Formats: sequence, structure tokens, C-alpha cells
Amino acid sequence: MSITLQRSAAISPPARTARERLGDFLPRIVLAPSFAAVLVFVYGFIIFTGYLSFTDSKILPSFDFVGWKNYVRLWSLPNWWIALENLAIFASLYIVICTAIGLGLAILLDQKIRGEGVLRPIYLYPMAISFIVTGTAWKWFLDPGIGIERIVRLWGWSDFTFDWIKDTQMAIYCVVIAAVWQSSGFVMAMFLAGLRGIDNEIIKAAQIDGATNFKLYKRIIIPMLRPAFLSAFVVLAHLAIKSYDLVIALTNGGPGRATELPATFMYSYTFTRNSMGIGAASAVIMLMMIASVIIPYIYAEVGGGNRGR
Amino acid sequence: MAADIAGTAVRTSRVTRAIIYAALLFFAFYYMLPLYVMVVNSVKPLEEIRGGNMLALPQQFTIAPWLSAWSTAQIGVQPTGLQPYFLNSILIVVPAVAVSTILGALNGYVLTKWRFPGANIVFGMMLLACFIPFQIVLIPMARILGLLGLAGTIYGLILVHVVYGLGFTTLFFRNYYEAFPTELVKAAQIDGARFFQIFRRILLPSSGPIIVVTVIWQFTNVWNDFLFGASFAGFDSMPITVALNNLVNSSTGVKEYNVHFAGALMAALPTLIVYIVSGRYFVRGLMAGAVKG
Amino acid sequence: MRKCLMLAAAVMLGSIVNAAAQEKVEVLHWWTSGGEAAALNVLKKNLEAEGITWEDMPVAGGGGEQAMTVLRARVTAGNPPTAVQLLGFDVTDWAKQGVLANLDPVADKEGWDKVIPAAIQKFSKYDGHWVAAPVNLHSTNWIWANKMIFDKLGIQQPTNWDELIAALDKIKAAGYVALAAGGQPWQEATIFDSVVMTTGGPDFYKKALVDLDPAALGSPTMKTVFERMIKLRSYVDDNFSGRDWNLATAMVITDKAGMQIMGDWAKGEFRNAGKTAGTDFLCFRFPGTQGTVTFNSDQFAMFKVGQASQDAQFKLAKAIEDPAFQSSFNVVKGSVPARTDVSDAAFDACGKKGMADLKEASEKGTLLGSLAHGHAAPAAVKNAFYDVITATFNGQYTADQAVAQLVPAVQGAQ
Repeated sequence: MSITLQRSAAISPPARTARERLGDFLPRIVLAPSFAAVLVFVYGFIIFTGYLSFTDSKILPSFDFVGWKNYVRLWSLPNWWIALENLAIFASLYIVICTAIGLGLAILLDQKIRGEGVLRPIYLYPMAISFIVTGTAWKWFLDPGIGIERIVRLWGWSDFTFDWIKDTQMAIYCVVIAAVWQSSGFVMAMFLAGLRGIDNEIIKAAQIDGATNFKLYKRIIIPMLRPAFLSAFVVLAHLAIKSYDLVIALTNGGPGRATELPATFMYSYTFTRNSMGIGAASAVIMLMMIASVIIPYIYAEVGGGNRGR
Repeated sequence: MAADIAGTAVRTSRVTRAIIYAALLFFAFYYMLPLYVMVVNSVKPLEEIRGGNMLALPQQFTIAPWLSAWSTAQIGVQPTGLQPYFLNSILIVVPAVAVSTILGALNGYVLTKWRFPGANIVFGMMLLACFIPFQIVLIPMARILGLLGLAGTIYGLILVHVVYGLGFTTLFFRNYYEAFPTELVKAAQIDGARFFQIFRRILLPSSGPIIVVTVIWQFTNVWNDFLFGASFAGFDSMPITVALNNLVNSSTGVKEYNVHFAGALMAALPTLIVYIVSGRYFVRGLMAGAVKG
Repeated sequence: MRKCLMLAAAVMLGSIVNAAAQEKVEVLHWWTSGGEAAALNVLKKNLEAEGITWEDMPVAGGGGEQAMTVLRARVTAGNPPTAVQLLGFDVTDWAKQGVLANLDPVADKEGWDKVIPAAIQKFSKYDGHWVAAPVNLHSTNWIWANKMIFDKLGIQQPTNWDELIAALDKIKAAGYVALAAGGQPWQEATIFDSVVMTTGGPDFYKKALVDLDPAALGSPTMKTVFERMIKLRSYVDDNFSGRDWNLATAMVITDKAGMQIMGDWAKGEFRNAGKTAGTDFLCFRFPGTQGTVTFNSDQFAMFKVGQASQDAQFKLAKAIEDPAFQSSFNVVKGSVPARTDVSDAAFDACGKKGMADLKEASEKGTLLGSLAHGHAAPAAVKNAFYDVITATFNGQYTADQAVAQLVPAVQGAQ
């Protein structure tokens, strides 16, 4: 057998046995169940939701086609515009502040700090806890009657006011504060990992050339963190759009409907108001917004091909 | 390697260092505050909470709220506390995390070491799937679980969590294995090793950090999930988040804040422990490519 | 031989006992705390005595919102719970889907048609058949007042709008919070119910909130309603937003506030705090609404789960309507029994008044469903009202704007 093979090898590619051909397909077979699951349970459901947005579904899915009616109605609802406006404010503040704090803390922690092992879990743990757990604590903090406002007044500054959460214009900023608390530690971990991956030789070379710390960070280190910036942006953007537990626990959409966000809007119309058609339409819009942010990133990450690793 | 040095080569003066420590401590304070409030108020009697300052240390220390949250608090019709639901959560989380991690590892392996045409598109699609909001999934998934006969069972919940964890676990392992030297794999292939052997003997042993990251991420997400747990569980498979929600969000009755906080801390304990114990690996794992660009 | 026989007998006995104990009901509800959960536990024990196992599926949150989401998932998955706590139009909505079981056998046997008020029957029945068993009857047009404050300031129970405003002014001037309120859309809508009733009377209420007549919704009467809502807002403290209803009741209990406009579940809070009706607190109908009752009723709707569970469902329904249970449960809950032939002996002064008011309103035809609690209009419309009411109460609309927003919102939600 082996002699035959050796001779064939010298002349032409060896004949593939069935087993070997199966071996070729094995990777695809291994990947297939996961891919199939994703196709059905994610993309299939997205198509289903898209279809529902063109029907008159109310309490349960119905399949009576009504064309663009749901979308027309969606864009005529004041709540939807409030939700979109809030999303713009919330997402931009949340992403910018989390990135700034995350980067800042990572840079500080990277300075050979004693006690890093203690500080790091302190910064990271908020991500571990669901908002059903911390929601009440945050509601207390932000409530003027029992929270920060009262405590600062007890300490002596009797004119201090912090009643944002009761103010229709300012309540969304309270949501930002709580959301930043929850995620900035994770962003810090991402940047810290990125910083630790930077070769110290580069830094030493720059120092020999006389660079100040400020210039060092600005010109060399931060630009090298570009991949971490991208990842942080994607993770934060996705959390911002999906934000549901946080808003419900903190304000329940209030005062009035002042902190309505697309995620709470979609839930409310689908499940509470028995208007599944409109809920599906809002979900489609939400998905389009997510796709517009994520697809470019994925293309940059994956479509660009190997980067010589 | 830079990985071994805990810290940068940047040099800082003493004044700067003092400022750095001050800033770090300030932020530590900001992050710890809610946890502090919860812990401190979970051991106060109810009158003290009503009358007093939420930041003050307890004047009267009591563990009654913790005992109540564990075994006598009203969750449904009967005062059972959170205890019976812990087991349900564990039965859901452990298999879900194990299966999704293994699948993620295999997927990452395939996508990086056994490239085939369209591999990138497959990965891109799986990555995009991470971002689907769960409310969209609820009704169609319910229908499918019903068809499969898994509705209301722990197996149904495990299936759901595995499916929606696949995107992230594949992402983490794929990025990690991308950085893994392909020469080692090629060398093993020449030596005659097959698909699974290469995986088991070459990649798996050095996958420690990324396994830890994946497990932490999945554990957190599955343990903290409420929506799927409430909608797809039956009366005998309710996870602890649903029970906690019943404890904390009751529409009527006296709000026993101390019991709520004790219960919330109890429910969060497993994830907190997992995070703290493996925190160091978390950063190391991230460094090794989980979220590198 | 003897042994064999005994063994066979034991096995048969075991299987009979097993078969009887197999009867179970899975109940989805949101009564997860305090008195109601304890009262429901009594129902559970009663059923167990009859050999039926109660499988509890509680989902708290939003006064039933989360439970409704869970219900959808369960029905879509094809394994609905046996019995589900539902309010008003939700029962009708689900019945339309054809998923509710027929309770006529037990209803006819127990004579429900005669003892359950017609206004409730509207929701318990679909297409002429019984589909749900009402547990209680709450009414929402109550005011709960702190007697000490009233006596101290020499205030009599107001009987019309102007007297109410005068009383509120007096309380506010004395330094108390005049009106304790919680800032959640349903609470503000509860106040709205009463203001509509007192401003336009039961006919206007019916036209605007039940029939959803656009002319009524856009009328000057409705504008007055919103003006009055804005006026009431001025008596509420600035911290009201997001406050839970029972914390507002606590303000009245602890002598910080003068009154609260709330349904009669508030009485449960007073009870828990050891307060007595007539001595520590007063209960009276919202000024101008005496003689009418805006109600909501918790019902357990039975879902189609197959022949095997039907007997258990009937037993559950019967146990719910049992006069003894009706009395003991409603004493705790603060509501009145859903059947009119239950004695009021166990109820306190407010309960007795509630039962008398119910009888009167039912006979006069002024027993109307509460909009705020899903008994006047279906969920989509109810929420459309909520949107406008809460925006107005939070100062975002003037009365004119509110009316202008209301008409298209209600139209669009139908």
C-alpha cells in the first residue's frame, strides 16, 4: 500500500479516499450546526419580525398584510420621536464618556500601581451585576428626597439640588450616569489589555528621543490603541441600543415618557399595548440602526482579510 | 514579552503619582458606592432604613433580612425565599456555558485554521448575530420551543442561551486563535495529526486565558438573564432572576428594602465571585486577543 | 395468592390516589407579596384539600405587565398556564384568540349569572360563555384622607369639586403635602378617571372613555377635565415622579400628607400599618362621584389546556367564587367581593360602604369600568390615554394641547 502511494506521490497527487474527502468537509460539518442555529434563530427571526411589521398583528402574530400602515403610524407617534431623540443623547454621551473614563483609568492603572489587583475588580464588577439588582440602589441615590441631594444637604450645603431624575428634561442624563457606572469598567479592561500589549521598547525608544509623557501618549500610545477604540465603540453602541433593564429599573420610562428609548418603546408596543405590528416596525428600524453601525466595523475587521498575523 | 511586565515604561514624577492615586481612589469610590449602599442597608432593621441616612453604618446590626431573603421571603404564593431557585439557575447556567464555550472554541478553530471559501462571510454573519435585541426573539422562539416540546423545561432554556451565546463565544475564540501561530498547526498536520487531535493537543492546552474570558462573559449573561428565564421557564424551572424580580418588584405590600438588598446581593454573589476570582485572567485573556481589532 | 392480591390492591390503590393527586393547576399571577399572596395561599390550601396541586408561576412587575409578556410566550409555545390573572379587556382580547376554556358548566351549576354584577360579566364572558372567574371588585374613585389633619383643620368631607379645592388649599396652607400622589402613568390616570366622572357625570364618562366618541373627547368638558388635572398637580409635592403608590399612601399614614386619590387597595396599606377606618383615616368617594363606581376586577381566566385539567379548572373556579373565600380574600385585599350575595359582616367601615355603593351603582347602571385599569377601553387605547394624561400631569401640555393630542391618539390606537 505504502509503496503504491509513494510511487503515485512522485507522479501525481494521491487518490483521495472517501475518508480523506470527509476529512476535508469535517471543518464545515463542525461549523455547520452553529451556523445553522444562527441562520434560523437570528436571521430567520429577523425576517419573521420584518414580515410581522407589514401585518396587523395585535396581541399575537397575525398574517393579514397591511402594507406600510405600521410604519406610517410609527413615524406619527410622538413617543417614537422622543425615543429616537433620547437614544441620540444617551448613546452619544454614553459612548463618549465611557470611552474617556475607560481610557483614562486604563492609562492610570497602567502606571505600575500598587494594589492594581484590588482596584481592577472594583472597576470591573458593575458589569457583572444585573440592573434588577442595582436598580433600587440607584433609584435611591438619584431621588432627591433620600439620595444624594439629601445627603449633601445634611453635610451642610443646604442649597444643593440634584433632582434631575424628576425633571422631564434632565432625567435621561441620570440614565447616562447609571449606564456609565455599569460599563466603563469593562471598557477600562479593554484598553488596559491594549496598553499591556504595547511593546515597552517603543516607549523607551521615544523616551530616549526626549519625548514628554504627554507627547508620548498623544502621538504614540493612543494611536496604537486604535483596535481597542473600535472594539469599545462596537460593544458600547450595542449596549446603548439594547438598553432595557437599566431604563426600566431606573425610571420606567418616566417622568411621563421622558426617558423612553427604542428598546422600551418596542417592548411596550409589542407586549403591553397589544400592537405587535407597530412593535415589529420599530424593531426593524432598530435593527437597521444597529446594522449601520456594526456592518462597517465587521467589514473592516474581517473583510479586509488577514493582517499578517 | 510586554505581556509579562505589569505596567508601562512611562516614567512619572512623585507629584503625578500622587494625583494618579487620588484619581483612582475617587473612581473606586464611585464604583463601590451602590454596592456599599446595598450591603450596609441589607443588615439594618427596616425602621432604621425608613428613618435614616442611606449611607450611614447600621446602628443595629441584624442578619434577619438575609435569612428572610434566603428562606422565608414571599416570592409567590408561598414564602419560600430565594433558596429553591438557586438550583434552577445553576442547572441552566452550567450546561449552557459549557456547551456554548466548546462550540465557540471549535468554531473559532475552524474559522482560523481551516479556511474555506466563504469563511469570512460566515464569521461576519455570526458576529452580526450578537447584536439582536432579545425582545424580537421572544415570540418566534416560543413557537419553536413549543414545536420541539421543550417549552417550560430547563433544556429549552439551555438551548436558548447556547444559541444566543454562540456569536460571542465564536468571536472570542476566533480572535484568539487568529493570533495563534499557524506553523504549529501545519507542523502537526505534517506529522499526521487529524482535525480533532490538533485541536486537543495543540490549541486547547494554550487556550486557558480565552476560556476564562468566555466562561466569565457567558456565565454573567446567562445568570443575569431575566426575559428568557421568565418567558420560557415553567413553574418548576424558574431561575433566580425571576424570583428576585418577584421579590423586589411586587406591586403591593410593604417594601422591605433590607430584604430586597439581601436578596439582590445573594443573587449577584455567584457572578461577583466568578469575576473577582478570575479578574486577572480576564485582562490577560482580553490582551491575548478577545477584543483586539 | 394472598400476597399477590394484596400487592395488586396496593398498586391499584396507589394508582387511584396518584390519579386523584395528579390534578394540577398552574397559575400565572403577580400577587407576590404581603397580604394578597397570603390570601391566595388560602385558596391554594383549599384546593389541596380537594386533591388539586397548585403550581405557582408568579411574575411581578408593572402591575402585571411582565406577566402578560410571559403569557404571550407561553401561549405561542403551546403550553399556556391553566389559569391566569387578567384584567378587563385583556380577558376579551385573549378570548378572541380562541384560547380560553368554557366555564359554563360550573357557572350554571353555581348560579353565577344571578350573583355577579352585569358590568363584571361583560369581561368574564365572551360570546355568551363564561371564560373567567372574578376574584374581587376594586373601585378607583376613592379618596383616602388623614383624619387627624382633617380634624385639626376643621375640614368636612368635601362633596363637590369646589369643596375639594378648598380643603386642599387649607391643607397646603398648613404646611402639609395636600395631595399625595405617585408619578406613574397609571396613577395619574386613576385620578383622571375620577375627574372625568365628577366633571361630566356618568353619561359623559361613558361617551368619552367607553364609547370613545371623538366629539366627547374633543369637547370643552374634556378641556375642563385637563384644566382640573393641572390644578390637582399643583397640590402634589415636586418629588412625586416615579414614586410607587404605596409610598404615597405611606405619606398619608405618617401624617405627612392630607389625602390620596387611589383605588381601594390602598386600604390594605392602612390595615398593615394598624390603622382603623373612621378613627385614623377616612374613606369617601371622590367629590361629585357618590352614586357611581368606577371599577376594576381581577379575574382568573382559564385557558384551554386539555380535558385532563378541565375538572381541576372547574374546581378552581368554584373555589374562587366560594362566598367564604370571597369574604376572607377581599377583607385582606381592600376590595369587595365579586358576588353580591356575600355578607359584609367581616368587612370594616370602608368595606361595608364599598359593598353598599356597589349594589347601588349596579342597580342604577352607574357601575362603569375604570379606564386607568383596563376596564373601559382596550390596552392600546388605554395607553394612548396614558401618554396624554402623563404628559399633561408632568407639565408638558396645556389643557388645550392635551385635548388636541388626545383625539388623534385615541383614534389611531383603535
